[in-house]
This record gives sequence, C-alpha cells and structure tokens, in this order.
Amino acid sequence: MSHKIIRALFDDDDVLMDAVKNVRANGHEIEEVYTPFPVHGLDKAMGLKDTRIAIAAFIYGLIGLGFATWMMNYMMIEDWPQNIGGKPSFSYAENMPAFVPIMFEMTVYFAAHLMVLTFYMRSKLWPFQKAGNPDPRTTDDKFLMELPVSENEDALVSFLKENGAIEINIVDKH
Amino acid sequence: MSHYEAPIRKPLILGNKTYHDVSVDISKPIFGKANKLWWFAFTVALLAFLWGVGAIVYTIGTGIGVWGLNNKINWAWDITNFVWWVGIGHAGTLISAVLLLFRQKWRMGINRSAEAMTIFAVFQAGLFPLIHMGRIWNGYWVMPIPNQFGSLWTNFNSPLLWDVFAISTYLSVSVVFWWTGLLPDFAMIRDRATKPFHKKIYSLVSFGWSGKAKDWQRFEEVSLVLAGLATPLVLSVHTIVSFDFATSVIPGWHSTVYPPYFVAGAVFSGFAMVQTLLIIMRKVSGLEDYITRDHIENMNKVILVTGGIVAIAYLSEFFVGWYSGSSYEDFTYLSIGAATGPYWWAFWALILCNSVFPQLLWIKKFRRSFVFSFFMSIIINIGMWFERFDIIVINLSRGHLPSTWTQFSPTYVDIAIYIGTIGFFFVLFLLYARTFPVVAQAEIKSIMKSSGDRYKGKKH
Repeated sequence: MSHKIIRALFDDDDVLMDAVKNVRANGHEIEEVYTPFPVHGLDKAMGLKDTRIAIAAFIYGLIGLGFATWMMNYMMIEDWPQNIGGKPSFSYAENMPAFVPIMFEMTVYFAAHLMVLTFYMRSKLWPFQKAGNPDPRTTDDKFLMELPVSENEDALVSFLKENGAIEINIVDKH
Repeated sequence: MSHYEAPIRKPLILGNKTYHDVSVDISKPIFGKANKLWWFAFTVALLAFLWGVGAIVYTIGTGIGVWGLNNKINWAWDITNFVWWVGIGHAGTLISAVLLLFRQKWRMGINRSAEAMTIFAVFQAGLFPLIHMGRIWNGYWVMPIPNQFGSLWTNFNSPLLWDVFAISTYLSVSVVFWWTGLLPDFAMIRDRATKPFHKKIYSLVSFGWSGKAKDWQRFEEVSLVLAGLATPLVLSVHTIVSFDFATSVIPGWHSTVYPPYFVAGAVFSGFAMVQTLLIIMRKVSGLEDYITRDHIENMNKVILVTGGIVAIAYLSEFFVGWYSGSSYEDFTYLSIGAATGPYWWAFWALILCNSVFPQLLWIKKFRRSFVFSFFMSIIINIGMWFERFDIIVINLSRGHLPSTWTQFSPTYVDIAIYIGTIGFFFVLFLLYARTFPVVAQAEIKSIMKSSGDRYKGKKH
C-alpha cells in the first residue's frame, strides 16, 4: 500500500532536534529520521523506546559462561579425567582455578558476537543489503526527516520550513 | 542542545571544518591515486613478505630444525616475535575501548587506525605458534573437538590452550568491533562514490547502513557494551600470554608480577607502534587537522605512564631476584649475571630503550615534537622486542645445570620469518590506508560542535 510522505531535509543537527520536538509537540507523527552521525538525544526526542540489546548481551554472556563450564566439566572431569602434572581432575569445583581463563574468554566471546549478530539482524544489516537512506547526502552532512502527509499538506510544509527545513519533497512511499 | 566544552581544552579538529569538509578529507585517499612513495613502500613490504613466505614454506617443508633453536633454548625468536606482535596488538583496543569508557574525545582521531593496527598485528602474532607446531596440518588439535584418539580432549589446564582461546576471542571481537564502527563510514564512501566499482564494493561492505535513528541508538549501545567487554578482554589476553611463562618453574619466568607487567609493557609497545604509523600517516593521507600535535602528546603521556610501570616492574624483578639469595636468580634476565654475561648487550638494550631514553618524554618540547616522537617510538619498539628476547633466551640459556649452559644464534630462516611478518604487517596497513576510511568520520562529526575549531566557543 503506498502512501504520501514528506521528506524534509535539514543541514544542522541542532535545528533538526528543535524541529523534531516541535513537530511532535504539534501532534505530527515522525516515521523516520536519517542522520550522518549519532545525534545525542534524538531517540528520546523522537519518542523511541530504549534498546534492550545490552540486556540481550548479558544473557548471551551467561550462556557463554554456562557453555564453557559444561564443556570443560564434560571434557576434563567426566569423559576422560587425567592426572596432569600431579593435579588430578577430581571435581570441577576443586580444579576450577585452571578453568577460569577460558570461562572468562567464552563469556566475552558469546556476549560480543551474539550481541553484534543481534544488532545486525534487528537493524537488517548484512552483505548485499540495499541502502535505505532516500538521499545520499544523509551520510555526509544532511539530516532527513520522513513524516506522513496529513490532511492539510500546505500547512505542514510551511510549518517544516519555519522550523528550518532547507528542502521539502513529497513522494509516494511503497 | 548544549555543546559546551571548557575553553581550556584545545580544539581536536583544526582548520575551520564543516561536516562536509570531514567527508571530503576522509574520502580523499580512497578516491585519489597512490603516489610514488606509497608504491615504493608497498613494493618493499611485499618483497619482505614474500621472503618471509618462502622461509615459512621452507620451515614447514623441512622442519623447525632449520631454526636456531637447540636442546636447551627451545623457544627463542619465534616466541619473542609472537609476544612482541601480541603486545603491539594491545593499543588498538585500549584506545577504542578504554578511552571510550573514559569519554576521551581525542580517541576519535586515531581509533580506526589503531584498531586496524591491532588486527594486523594479531595476525602476525598468530602465525608464530602455528608454524612453531612444526606439523601445521595438525593445528586443529588445539580445538576441543571429538577426534580419532577416542576423544582425547585438549588440556584445559594448560596456559598454551588458554592462549588459543584468549587470542582467538581477542582477534574476532576486535574485528567485529572495528567493522561495526566502519559501517557508517563505509556508507559515507558508498554515497559519495562516483565510479560503479567503488559503489559496488562499498555497498557490499557497508551492509546497507542508512543511518536511521533506531540504528544509531543500537549502534551506540553496542559500541558501549563492546567497549565494556573488550576492556577486561584486552587485559586478559596479555595476562594469559604471561601465564605461558609465569606458570612454569624456570627461574626468571616463575614470577607473580608477570601479568600486570606484561599488560603495561603491551600497552607501552602498542602505543609506540601507533605513533610510528600515525606520524607518517597524518602527513601522507593529509590528516594533519585530525591527528594533531595534541593527539601525539596525549599518546606520549600514556607511553610515559606505562613505561614507568614497566620500569618499576624491572626494578622489583631485579631486587626480588637478588634479595632471594638463590644462586639461580643470579642468572635471570634481570640480574647482575645478565648485565655482565654473554648477553650483556641484550640486557642493556632493554634497559636503555625501555627505561632510560623514554624519560626524555617528561620534557614537554620533546613530547610535542613529531620527529622526536617518531624516533622514540622506534626505540621503544626495539626495546620491547629485546624485553621478550631477554625473558626467553637469557633465562633459558642458564639452566639449573651449568653443563647445559648454552647460547642461541638465529639462522637466516629465523630472521627471514621475522622480517616477513613486518612486511606482511605493512602490506596490510598500506592497503588499509588506501581503501578504508582511516578516521572514524561519523564519530568525528558528532564532536565537531564541542571540539571542532570552527564551532568551539560559539553559542549554540
């Protein structure tokens, strides 16, 4: 289903921030904002929810720690216990000091890689993915706000211009 | 929104730059043509690399008997080079992770290249244990996988196996940290590219990055958490490398000071290598406004601190060895025996290069001089190579039985492999400098208003 949207281009991050606040205060919905660098506070101003990716990373880390513990317990204690250098493999707890380095490394390994994979999947970033920014200048020095056209198109356009938009395009989005 | 920063802090981006100027400056080396100097450096590096490849092929084909190792000194150049490269590979993550956690804005001019250097250095490091196995085709035995020996598992009590896990985790996490930070910068290059070939390549590597608000929110959170994970990781890696020595019972190796001392030494040598590369690169790639004199001075301060930690570790090693009254300690790498014995030159190279000359950095004029910093970084790299050589060779050359006392001399194969890894390192770094955005331009743009010459001090 296609609908008409407005693309408003800004050339300064502070102007954009004020515009985002004013547009939302005026009761308009913002679909998306494209920026060339992280503009601090933009997510709050747009009303985006906090990301939960750090919580996911913590859980991934616990999985890594659990996996390392299970793996070394199985290999060193259960499956083939050996007396290495006069240090017999009696139980995991008694031999644990030697296992701490790998427990730590596996925690970091799982947390870091699975978190980054989650980020790539959630944000749809992978090789051969087509770039989604409507204007190539938004990775250089311009900021683009996308919002749906309301009943009164002209009023919205002039409102955006008052708020510092330097260029306005109205397009059909599919 | 406030972009206030105390006026006493000097601007980090010089030259009255706008956001667009940053994009132009960073993409210039990629869209431009390489000059003669680049081709010359690349050819020399490539030849050195090929010589190293030849020596590695010869080693694998014949056996490690072609090296200068003997019955007593069974680790020497190979492990020296391994530890040297891993140590160099510590600065990148320190700059990108630790300085991020401390909110040091000056890291943004240098973090990309420092991380690249880290990754390329860890490649070199990883080569040495692999070829030292002799039978490299059995290299997969270090993996804990079911095998044809009735599943005789790897030995998780061994520091050498901890090393395998630590270095693979470090390398792979550094790569994803680096690549995630590169996505917005690749996207900038993609959107500015005019040649279809450039467009294709940079579209592929930028993973379709488009700079949506939600993506940036996740991007910043991921960077922060990765920094939090990478900080203990970088400390763990050289700690575990030091366990290779510290958990043994050889005098001079069996030392509880090793982990913190190795980590400080790694940061010391890593920052020196960053200086070596960036002082050249800022000129060649036209980055004088992004990698400024203040960046160089800040790095020199880190070098001074970590060099100080290393010097105190040397002193404590020397004192404790002497104070123990054990006759074996008279011949460890930090002892009167080493200073006056057959390896006196290696001992004094270590002391002079790592602990005496770097003290000149206390003088502000030297600390802020590009030429001086460049030569100092070379001296430190030499000194840190000798530190590892001394730890390994001097300690092994004086065993418990005087009848086993021996000397080590490298063969041309040892030397060729070492030179080859330096060549390989520079081949990778020179290719990187021509094809990657060498400054994290998206991050630089985010601090322009607070720390850029153009905006700083103006009202917003």
